[in-house]
Amino acid sequence: MKELLKVKHLHKKFGENVVLNDIDLVVNKGEVVVVIGPSGCGKSTFLRCLNGLEKVQGGVVTVDGLPVEPDKKSIIKLRQKIGMVFQSYELFPHLSVIDNLILAPTKVQKRNKEEVIREAIELLEKVNLVEKKDFFARQLSGGQKQRVAIVRALLMHPDILLFDEVTAALDPEMVHEVLQTMLNLAKSGSTMIIVTHEMNFARAIADRILFFDKGEIVEQTDDVKAFFEKPKTKRAQRFLSTFSYS
Amino acid sequence: MQSLGIDVLLKGSNFSRLLQGLYVALEISFVSVTISILLGLIVGVLMTLKNPILCFILKIYLEVVRIIPQMVLLFVVYFGTTRVFGMDLLAETSAIIVFVFWGVAEMGDLVRGAIKSIPTIQFESAYALGMNKFQVYVYIILPQTLRRLIPLSINLITRMIKTTSLVVMVGIVEVLKVAQQIIEANRTTSPNAAFGVFGVVFIMYFLICWPISRLSIYLEKRWA
Repeated sequence: MKELLKVKHLHKKFGENVVLNDIDLVVNKGEVVVVIGPSGCGKSTFLRCLNGLEKVQGGVVTVDGLPVEPDKKSIIKLRQKIGMVFQSYELFPHLSVIDNLILAPTKVQKRNKEEVIREAIELLEKVNLVEKKDFFARQLSGGQKQRVAIVRALLMHPDILLFDEVTAALDPEMVHEVLQTMLNLAKSGSTMIIVTHEMNFARAIADRILFFDKGEIVEQTDDVKAFFEKPKTKRAQRFLSTFSYS
Repeated sequence: MQSLGIDVLLKGSNFSRLLQGLYVALEISFVSVTISILLGLIVGVLMTLKNPILCFILKIYLEVVRIIPQMVLLFVVYFGTTRVFGMDLLAETSAIIVFVFWGVAEMGDLVRGAIKSIPTIQFESAYALGMNKFQVYVYIILPQTLRRLIPLSINLITRMIKTTSLVVMVGIVEVLKVAQQIIEANRTTSPNAAFGVFGVVFIMYFLICWPISRLSIYLEKRWA
């Protein structure tokens, strides 16, 4: 198995406030890692450190052997290998769906425009949005916007995809369509790191679970089923119990 | 009812002189507005970059422009520079310098505000796609900024057009000055000319500024 993403002794502080404390992680190619944990535990910040949106105070992140360094020129190339999808979709409001999709592949990667459009249409077909290609973000529902955002990330042909609570702002029905899209991606062998509060989804998609609390990885396991039935640590037990009612 | 005094404009070449005056006013406005918008965009972007020295200088510049009345600036540039620097500036040039000095500051501040109003995460999602700073500004931030700027900058443009009437003070014969001349010359024959002629000047300014503000409403709706 090929190691794609490596995190070593990652430290992140906001002022005096320690957000991530000595995080280590290795993600192999094709693996789906799901990060769960209470709000404010640092999981979103963790994702943002992986593509250099946050500066870190210590440790290294490497993707494909190359270090992620926010202030260096190399970050531009590196970010093309790392797709990111945000909770609030962040489509560009002044561009149509198709222009949102082809902007970075044509301007950043300088790929042939016709080919990128063709590929964009194919991907839009897969997520049932091809008839919306000339719409603007404001004319789409949340779930549609999020699927467009996922396609936008995919079109860059990233090696790894980061999902930051991508369904947190969606209605239940829309959550389903977005999660289905992600499940299909996982099946096709994409490498993904997913931050989510959808426990059933985490269970269905994860090859590995990371449980974060207070800036640390408290529990990490490949035995996803066992984790959800009986987590080893007290903190994870307490966290999971908040999702069930009796 | 008394005569409205518009008839004066029909005498001789009075009306075409008034139009020429209007042309002078518009020429100064057009040149000043164009330069102000272009430089204002640059200054606005500079204000959002986190360079403390640059920020400090630009802040002082903005404050200076806010504090000093345009007329004082105009006098300083037109009359003041002549002896001190031995410069013989044309009145029109002085006027354009002053209006640009003012317009760039205000436009820059509008641009800064418009850029600031774009959520940080829009920058981040663009960076996450591998864009460099230049690409992020050109493809993502500035186009959105421009849409937000339209109503604000239209307001500035119409204000600048109106304020060109100050240039009378440095001897430029623009529409208001021509109007005065016409009124003075016909004081005895048409004592009511002040109402009619200034009224026509009023309508002229209205006819120029109104379409501009309609355009802004149209663009706002189209890009909303």
